[in-house]
Amino acid sequence: METTAVEQKVSPYQELVRQGLWKNNPGLVQLLGLCPLLAVTNSLTSALGLGLATMLVLLSTNTVVSLVRNYVPNEIRIPVFVMVIASVVTVIELLMHAFMYNLYQALGIFIPLMVTNCIVIGRAEAYASKNAVLPAAFDGLMMGTGFALVLCTLGAVREVLGAGTLFAGADLLLGDWAKVLTVHLYQADHQFLLAILPPGAFLVMGFLIAGKNAVDARIAAKAKPAEQKISRARVTHVSS
Amino acid sequence: MSFKIASSPHQHNQKSTAQLMKLVALAAVPGIAVQAYFFGYGVLIQLLLAIATALLCEASVLALRGKKVKAKLLDHSAVVTAVLLAVAIPSYAPWWLVVIGTAFAIIVVKQLYGGLGNNLFNPAMAAYVLLLVSFPLPMTSWLPAAPLQQQSLGPADAVCTIFTQFSCSGYSISQLRQNVDGVSMATPLDTLKTDLAQGYTTTESMDKPVFGWLSGEGWFWVNLAYLLGGLFLLQQKVIQWRIPVAVLGSLFSFSFIAWLLSPDTNASPLFQLFSGATMLAAFFIATDPVSASTTEKGRLVFGALIGGLVFVIRSYGGYPDAFAFAVMLANMAVPLIDYYTQPRTYGHKNKGAR
Repeated sequence: METTAVEQKVSPYQELVRQGLWKNNPGLVQLLGLCPLLAVTNSLTSALGLGLATMLVLLSTNTVVSLVRNYVPNEIRIPVFVMVIASVVTVIELLMHAFMYNLYQALGIFIPLMVTNCIVIGRAEAYASKNAVLPAAFDGLMMGTGFALVLCTLGAVREVLGAGTLFAGADLLLGDWAKVLTVHLYQADHQFLLAILPPGAFLVMGFLIAGKNAVDARIAAKAKPAEQKISRARVTHVSS
Repeated sequence: MSFKIASSPHQHNQKSTAQLMKLVALAAVPGIAVQAYFFGYGVLIQLLLAIATALLCEASVLALRGKKVKAKLLDHSAVVTAVLLAVAIPSYAPWWLVVIGTAFAIIVVKQLYGGLGNNLFNPAMAAYVLLLVSFPLPMTSWLPAAPLQQQSLGPADAVCTIFTQFSCSGYSISQLRQNVDGVSMATPLDTLKTDLAQGYTTTESMDKPVFGWLSGEGWFWVNLAYLLGGLFLLQQKVIQWRIPVAVLGSLFSFSFIAWLLSPDTNASPLFQLFSGATMLAAFFIATDPVSASTTEKGRLVFGALIGGLVFVIRSYGGYPDAFAFAVMLANMAVPLIDYYTQPRTYGHKNKGAR
């Protein structure tokens, strides 16, 4: 309802959405969790898998950390947060092991490595430990979504460039019906291997960040001329 | 007469960038001619493709960046990058290979780092590595030299092969690479590597026709022609002696020691010097003034590093030739090399003399 009157009043939840998805995006702006971001995004399926897992972890850890925030002495908060995160990641790992075994194998070490993902501890420390449960959970959800979106973009671009397919192996993640989601875009004799190899991840990531900065610069440029007009108007007003 | 104040490292050379680049391109002509004679007209078409792509990419990126397109385009540096890449890839490689490579070299490796003078890596070599890593098969499909080819290929065949991957009479690349016995022939370096891995000795391996005299049928003359071009560049003072001498000297010394210790499992130093891309890389690629070391001592270190890396990768690595990797690794080491080889400033004492 309020989308038309954006400038007037931004609710804290809207601000959280904006921070997580764009302004403070964990992948593109904070550059946190680069290791999984670059390592597992060689196909859309594994990117989406890890993105969803990270999102779930962020949502749960932010909730739990926010719940216990008043009972944890300040001096030992970091070990407590790490224990919370480690337990949540273990639960998620076991769940994936049980219900998505193929994807679990494809992602390998990067599932347990979510414990060390800086976004998770970062959000716990920076937001969840200082805010009520509902905003904290929402923040985790939005940061997770932002991270998952970047992962998926990277995964999609690299998969299209490197293998000529999109969403190959989606059935590993979503079940047998998802085989229809796989799109074969083109069939090349020689695949563009570099896109799938780690250097391709760095290159595509660089272009993504550059693209985001370009959009931001354009928005800033659009905002500026309006201010200048006002100052000019005032000058003429004073002189006349 | 104007009094020229050049910024360090004070190159005493009044030639403009455009003149230097033209001389480099000119010096590559004998090598390109010999390469066209032995390995087919394909190299000329690759050159045209590469130069066209390079100019197009350079112009469009310069326009995007809001620079003066014409002035920058006429410094010919893009053309030199294109030439170096085009002669480095196999003559009959598919057309999109050189186009992707040149576009990557100009747009990503050169312009995204800030254009001429700011690139960290040698654009041609970075693009070569990109292609080699991404498309290993077409990047290693060198045809044997003309005297060994079963089908002789004319200019029309070159066009057909590059654009369709089949010669006008319908032979595929892998058929063109076969000799009379129907065995696919690789480059001398590649053949030697495979044979040594299979337990043959160097002498046994070198009996094969692909080796010809000294260092491989055709390859020796290509290298000799690039050596001549390099000497011309030296005489014109476009490049200095330190880098090529250090590259060749260190490659020679490493391979000489290895050859003395075990002549059966190591190629002779002369074979190393006159095969693959040795001369082209030593004189044309490693001497790139932007990405190479700038101090005098540093250039010796830089060259020696390249020579050593080439020997190590050729002998123990996974790829038959190694100049692209060696040059890129040495490029990464340049800031460190330059830091430790600062020349003594006039009026200051050496650190050691303190």
